Amino acid sequence: MPASFELTEEERLIQQTAHDFANDRIVPIAAENDRRGTFPKEILKEMADLGFMSMLIPEDYGGVGLGNFSLVLVLEEINRGCASTGVTMSVHNSLASSPIIRYGSDEIKKKFLPKMATGELLGAYALSEAGSGSDAASLQCRATKDGDFYVLNGTKSWITTGAEADVFVVMVRTNPKERSKGISSFVVESDTPGFSIGKKENKLGLRASSTVQLVFEDARVPARQILGKEGEGFKIAMETLDGGRIGIAAQAVGIAKASLDASVGYANEREQFGKKIGSFQAIQWKLADMATSIDAARLLMYRAARLRDAGKPHTQEAAMAKLFASEMSNRAAREAVQIHGGAGYLKDFPVERYYRDARITEIYEGTSEIHRIVISRNLTKN
Amino acid sequence: MKIGVMVKNVPDTESKIKLSADRKSIEMQGVKFVMNTYDEFAVEEALQLKEKLGADTTVTVFSLGPERLVETLRTALAMGADAAVHLTDPAFEGGDSIANAKVLAKAAEAEGFDLILGGKQGIDFDSAQTLSAVAEFLGMGQAQVVTDIEVGGDNTSLKVRRRIEGGDEIVDVTLPAIISCEKGLNEPRYASLPGIMKAKKKEIKKLGLSELGLSADEVGAAGSGTQVVGYSPLKERPPVKMLEGGPAEQAKELVRLLREEAKVL
Repeated sequence: MPASFELTEEERLIQQTAHDFANDRIVPIAAENDRRGTFPKEILKEMADLGFMSMLIPEDYGGVGLGNFSLVLVLEEINRGCASTGVTMSVHNSLASSPIIRYGSDEIKKKFLPKMATGELLGAYALSEAGSGSDAASLQCRATKDGDFYVLNGTKSWITTGAEADVFVVMVRTNPKERSKGISSFVVESDTPGFSIGKKENKLGLRASSTVQLVFEDARVPARQILGKEGEGFKIAMETLDGGRIGIAAQAVGIAKASLDASVGYANEREQFGKKIGSFQAIQWKLADMATSIDAARLLMYRAARLRDAGKPHTQEAAMAKLFASEMSNRAAREAVQIHGGAGYLKDFPVERYYRDARITEIYEGTSEIHRIVISRNLTKN
Repeated sequence: MKIGVMVKNVPDTESKIKLSADRKSIEMQGVKFVMNTYDEFAVEEALQLKEKLGADTTVTVFSLGPERLVETLRTALAMGADAAVHLTDPAFEGGDSIANAKVLAKAAEAEGFDLILGGKQGIDFDSAQTLSAVAEFLGMGQAQVVTDIEVGGDNTSLKVRRRIEGGDEIVDVTLPAIISCEKGLNEPRYASLPGIMKAKKKEIKKLGLSELGLSADEVGAAGSGTQVVGYSPLKERPPVKMLEGGPAEQAKELVRLLREEAKVL
C-alpha cells in the first residue's frame, strides 16, 4: 500500500487544471443545463481535448494513460461543478473504456479506444434490467451465437448516457443453464441494426444526463467484439464496477465539496439577529462536520484508487469508499440546504441541485445495502 | 525569435489571507499559490507567437522566488513553454521590486531574449514595477498594459495596442523589448493532461548568485531601497441599515442620517 496520500507535483497540476476548468467552463452553465435537461455535449469535447476522456486509455491507443488516482482528482472537480457532466465522464472512463482496455482483444482496442480518447465516441455500460438490479446475475438479456455473430435480444434499463453514447459495454446471457457463469460481455455500437433507445427516464437529479432503456431486437454483434471469453461477463462486470465505484465516490465527494463551498459562502454573507450566521455555533458545527467528513471520504477514495492503480485487491476498499462517500454526500447536501434555510429550497441557489444530485450516489453502481453486504461478507467469510 | 516570459506565483484568490502576528508579513502556511493571472496572458501570448512564427521561436519562462515557484514554472511548461529558469538563492530573499529586477535582468541578459513578456502587475502586492525596472536595467524599450501584439517586418519590431484612459494607444516597438500584458490580450489555455506529462521531462534550470555573477549586497533585502514596515487590513464595512416607515418618514430619516451621521450634507 503506497504510504502517502500527498499529491505528486504532476497530480497537483492535473487537479489544478480540472479545478480551473470546472470553475470557468462548467459552473457557469450547470444550473441552466439542469433546468433544461441539456446534455453538455460541447463541454465534453473540450474535456476530451484536455485529456479528461482518455485518462485510463494507454498512450499507444491515443490516451493519456494516467490511472485511477488522477482520474478521481479530475472527477471530484468536474462533479463539484456539475454532477451530470461528472457521471458522463466517469461512465465513459471507468465503465466503458476500462473493460475494453482490460479485456478487449488488440483488434477491439484499436477499433474503439483511439476514438473514445478523442471523444469522437462516447461510452456507456449496460448491466441493469427491469427485473435485475442489485441481483445482477439474474439478468435475462440473451445472446445466441450465429456464425461470426451473436444475436442479442432483450431490454436494458437505467442506462446512464444511453441516449448519446456511441459504444456500449453490454452484459448478456450466453448460457441460460448457468447463473453468473452464463453471462458474457460485448462491445455494441449504437448503429447496430436491431439496437434502439427505449424509454427516456424523467429523474429527480442528474437532469443533464440521460438515463434510458436500451432495446435489442435481433441485434447482430460481431463475435470478435466479445470482452474476455464467453461466460466471463459477470466477472468482468463486477471487476469493472470496482473501478466505477471509486468514480462514484469522487462524484459524491465533489457534490459534498460544492455543498460546503456554497454553505461557507452563504454563512459569511447572510445576517440574522444582526450578525453573520457563520458566527453562530449551530452553523459552525455543521460546517466543521461537513469539512471533516469530506476529507474522510476523500481519503477512502484515494486509498481505493491507489490500490487499483497498483494492481492490488481493492473490492473492499472501493465498496467502503463508495458507501461512505455517498452517504456523507447526502448529509452534506442536506445540511447545505438547511444552512441556506428558505433560500436553499429555491432553484435560485445551487444547493437545491446538489441535494437532488447527491441522492443517486447511494443507489447506482451498487446500493448502500449491497455495499454493506460486500463489506460484511469480507469480514465474516472465514 | 527567443521569447522570455516572466512569471510569478501569487496566493490563489480563493485562499484566505492572514497577517503574521507582528503584521509585517503575510502568513504563508496553508496558502495555495498559483500563476499570477496577468502572467497567464503573457505565457499564452508567447505560445501563440511561437505557433505563428514557427519552430525556431522558443519560449523560456523565468522567475525568481522560493521552491514553491517550481510548480508555477511547471504549469507554464505544461501549457507548452520550452524551457524554464528558476532564479533561487538565499541571498535573493526579501528583495523589493528593484532588487528582484536586477536579478531577473541578469538572467534575461544571459539568455539573450529578443522579446520579454510579463503580466502588467502581480495580483499580490500590485507594485507593477518589476517589468519596467528589468527594461531599464537592460536598456530595452517597453510598452505597458498591452491588449494586442502584432509582429512587424522581419521580426524586428512589434505594433502593440495599449489600454489608456478612455481609449487605446498604438505603439511601434523596436526589438529587443519588454511588453506587459493586460486582460483581453488572449484567452489563456489550460495545461492539458498530455502537456502536464510532457512537462515532467522538461528541465528547470536553477541559477543562483554566483552563476549570475552578482554580489550578495546588491540583491535581496540588502540590495533593496524599500522595506515593508507593516500591513493593516481594511476596516470592515458596517452592516446595512434598513429604514422603517412610509416613504416620507424614510426620506426624512435618510436626510437626518446623511447630515448627522455621515456628515455629507
